Amino acid sequence: MSQAEMTMGGHSGVTAGPAFSIPTKKLAMWLFIIADTATFAACLVAYGFIRNATPNWPRPFHSITNVALMTFILVTSSLTMLMGVRAARAGDKSGALRWTFVTAAAGIIFALLHVREWLALIGEGMTLFKNPWGTGLFGAAFFGITGLHLTHVTAGVIALIVVGIRYKGGRYNADDLDILGLYWHFVDMVWMFVVPLVYLLNLAH
Amino acid sequence: MTTEMQKSGGMKKDMVVYVCILALAAIQFVIAYQSIDGLQMFVRMLIVAAVEAGLALVFFMQLSENRGLLWFVAIFTVFVLLAMQYGWTDSFRLSAGAPWSK
Repeated sequence: MSQAEMTMGGHSGVTAGPAFSIPTKKLAMWLFIIADTATFAACLVAYGFIRNATPNWPRPFHSITNVALMTFILVTSSLTMLMGVRAARAGDKSGALRWTFVTAAAGIIFALLHVREWLALIGEGMTLFKNPWGTGLFGAAFFGITGLHLTHVTAGVIALIVVGIRYKGGRYNADDLDILGLYWHFVDMVWMFVVPLVYLLNLAH
Repeated sequence: MTTEMQKSGGMKKDMVVYVCILALAAIQFVIAYQSIDGLQMFVRMLIVAAVEAGLALVFFMQLSENRGLLWFVAIFTVFVLLAMQYGWTDSFRLSAGAPWSK
């Protein structure tokens, strides 16, 4: 019996493969995603809670053009991320790099559209604590939830660029792109809930 | 089957899922302009969002390839949804009964 097995009390099964038969790094990303799901769910529940309990909830959105465009860009960026991972798996390094940077560019466009929307709302007099349409809670809820999502997008763009450069340099491989892809799809998935709850339910009819 | 054929087959599947997700997102926008009450609108939008998220999880994040992980995520998601329901119902109590809600 080896020293390691003796330390484990003689149970050689203790050192068996990673949980769910996936690489440890990928499992760590899944655990992060699950934890982050709880964070976003808590934020959305808190938002739903105050929206439902507040009589004069504002409905400031007159147009869906910007949010529709943002949704299209983010969903499309998930597809380009998939293409990057597929290219990396097939050994097409330049293709993988190209699609990874296209995904990062889509993320940057999404963030810029988001900031433009924020500036327009701020220009109309909306802050964290007050707005011209109704309860001041709206600003805190809107900027809190969309800000948290925008932070994730920004972090994702930085990660895409860093991982892309390191993949090009040979320090990272297709698995690393795949793991980053999970994060990017998660950010896309969260947006699918933010759009109806924060934007579409607050459309001015 | 060659690697090239597998790659093109995978791409075709990804494209179909991508179009489905975009179509579901469009349905959410259509629902937003329907003349229905807020609760009905919320429920319909949440169902569509859940289907979109399910497609992304199973196909984009390739959860279907690992049954153990799929069950782990599914059970966790159900737990989160149940916890959300607890929150929603309590907001009705607040809006109807608590003095600081008005």
